[in-house]
Amino acid sequence: MKKDNYPKHMVEVTTTNLMREQDKGKLPVLDVRNLGIDFGGLTAVDGFNMTIGPTEISGLIGPNGAGKTTIFNLLTSVYQPTRGSILVNGIDTKGMTTAKVNRLGVARTFQNIRLFTDMSALDNVKVGMHNSIKCGFLSSLLRLPPYFKAEKEANKRAMELLEFMGLADIADVKAGSLPYGVQRRLEIARALATNPSIILLDEPAAGMNPTETEELMHQIRRIRDTFQIAIFLIEHDMNLVMNVCEGIVVVNYGRIIAKGTPEQIKNNPAVIEAYLGKKETD
Amino acid sequence: MKNWLKKNGKNFATYAVVIIAFIVMQVLSNAGVLTRSVKGYLIPICVYIVLAVSLNLVVGISGELSLGHAGFMGVGAFTGVVIAACLKGVIDNDILRLLLAMAGGGVVAGVAGVLIGIPVLRLRGDYLAIVTLAFGEILKNIIGNLYIGKDALGLHFAFKAENLHLAEGGKKILEGPMGAAGEKLATFGVGFALILFTLFVVLNMVNSKEGRAIKAIRDNRIAAESVGINVTAFKMKAFVTAAVLAGMAGALYGLNFASVSATKFDFNTSIDILVFVVLGGMGNILGSVIAAAVLYVLPEAMRSLYDYRMILYAIVLIVVMLMTWSPKFKQMVQIVTAWIKDSVRKLFKKSGKEVGLNEER
Repeated sequence: MKKDNYPKHMVEVTTTNLMREQDKGKLPVLDVRNLGIDFGGLTAVDGFNMTIGPTEISGLIGPNGAGKTTIFNLLTSVYQPTRGSILVNGIDTKGMTTAKVNRLGVARTFQNIRLFTDMSALDNVKVGMHNSIKCGFLSSLLRLPPYFKAEKEANKRAMELLEFMGLADIADVKAGSLPYGVQRRLEIARALATNPSIILLDEPAAGMNPTETEELMHQIRRIRDTFQIAIFLIEHDMNLVMNVCEGIVVVNYGRIIAKGTPEQIKNNPAVIEAYLGKKETD
Repeated sequence: MKNWLKKNGKNFATYAVVIIAFIVMQVLSNAGVLTRSVKGYLIPICVYIVLAVSLNLVVGISGELSLGHAGFMGVGAFTGVVIAACLKGVIDNDILRLLLAMAGGGVVAGVAGVLIGIPVLRLRGDYLAIVTLAFGEILKNIIGNLYIGKDALGLHFAFKAENLHLAEGGKKILEGPMGAAGEKLATFGVGFALILFTLFVVLNMVNSKEGRAIKAIRDNRIAAESVGINVTAFKMKAFVTAAVLAGMAGALYGLNFASVSATKFDFNTSIDILVFVVLGGMGNILGSVIAAAVLYVLPEAMRSLYDYRMILYAIVLIVVMLMTWSPKFKQMVQIVTAWIKDSVRKLFKKSGKEVGLNEER
């Protein structure tokens, strides 16, 4: 990658006071320090720093191919970083598997929806609750009382989550046969079922019409307010990002080019340049 | 009631079919209608049903193509024979001896499953198939070259006959390529019980937290990991459970004949079991049961056509595959199942339990 591609006037990345009043003084749910990954000779992400407070909604934006999904994959240990560290609730995730990182409290959705297509919507959510269902292998095999108790509780909670996402009426429908927008919401419900402390949404509004997007915006806020968790989202729909996010990080060519509130980002020359190109002055 | 039927109807039907088939065969057998050769098929059919159902757990439910299932069957068979021979004279009750032999066969096959599963389950797709095939053959060859003898000092193991060093009065149980001299301990009743046990284990596993995790891994591995499921652990659970069940079935098989040799547990047997699973439908337990029973009997029943029977067998397989894909056949199946459901519903209505259901049809 040519160095010239980097914007010349990098905005100073300050440790901005984006934290919500109620998050101040609390351990950040996600603390990323100098994160970077190389694929062979290609530096996909470099020098990525950010912290997310326990109940913050933040956005990650950038042009296509900027490395946004790569960052999500790093945060969930799908890739192991070449440099830097990721702390989830103060614990370094180095060397952990995706499953283990999830148990630490990071849940995610996928850009190209990944549901368990052959299972019902309810079962999809119940798979998400896998680690919170307390019932041993033997109890399930022999159908001992703990199994029935655990299943009953799981059913109840899964239905609550489906209801919360407005999906109660499709609980028994096969996930693969649901419409696109519904599948996206079901993926969020499944992620919520893992009891996360932060949820990463990879383009939650992709393929949704304006009405659905509008509804999604409310839902994202409602998720934060109800579960008191942090949300970190990638999105190309600027309307959604600017309206929902409290803090925004802009990346281009794998590097942070700006950080700030929606207002600051809107007027940031580096961001405008990244999206629209540079004005010819000379 | 309605909910329960909707949720458990299929499992219920599976148990019902097996139990009814058992009762019918028992009655026929007691009435003396069955010929000796037909009676001889009963236990192998039980064995193959268990093998098909357990392989379905790996191939259909867990979605991993395993081609070494007969290897586990062989491990179970020879462990069973050895245990039965050791317990001879210690335990007089034949059924108890058979059950202990089956349990032992299951445990040893399970251990083999763990050892093989650790390296193998890290692979995916074709590679997994190739490696399981190889391991199946390895198991077969180890058994085929193993000599086991028993004397006053205990069990002796060797890979050459002369290394066995049996004391005076010692007896060879397993003689390498010659196989083992088994005993006919197996009974149809035990075979039936083993089928029920297998269905109980597999169906309960599928309809629990474990089963959901296993199916989730099959449907989308990355998503399953992202919700905190340890992929290798659950693949392993399915694989080892299947190995244990195959080992138990193998022990039953080994104790059904006067002699068993390792060549029986080769690749062809693995493929036969896989054919039962594929034809019965991936992940369809009842399908596996029916396919195993029908396809085991078919070549035997066609013995009179000797020269043509393998051709006919192949034709039947092709026809079944074509039929199950044709929309017309699917429609017919739908009509039949609707009719069955209807009659079941009517049955309940007659007993006065379900009143509010739709009246007509």
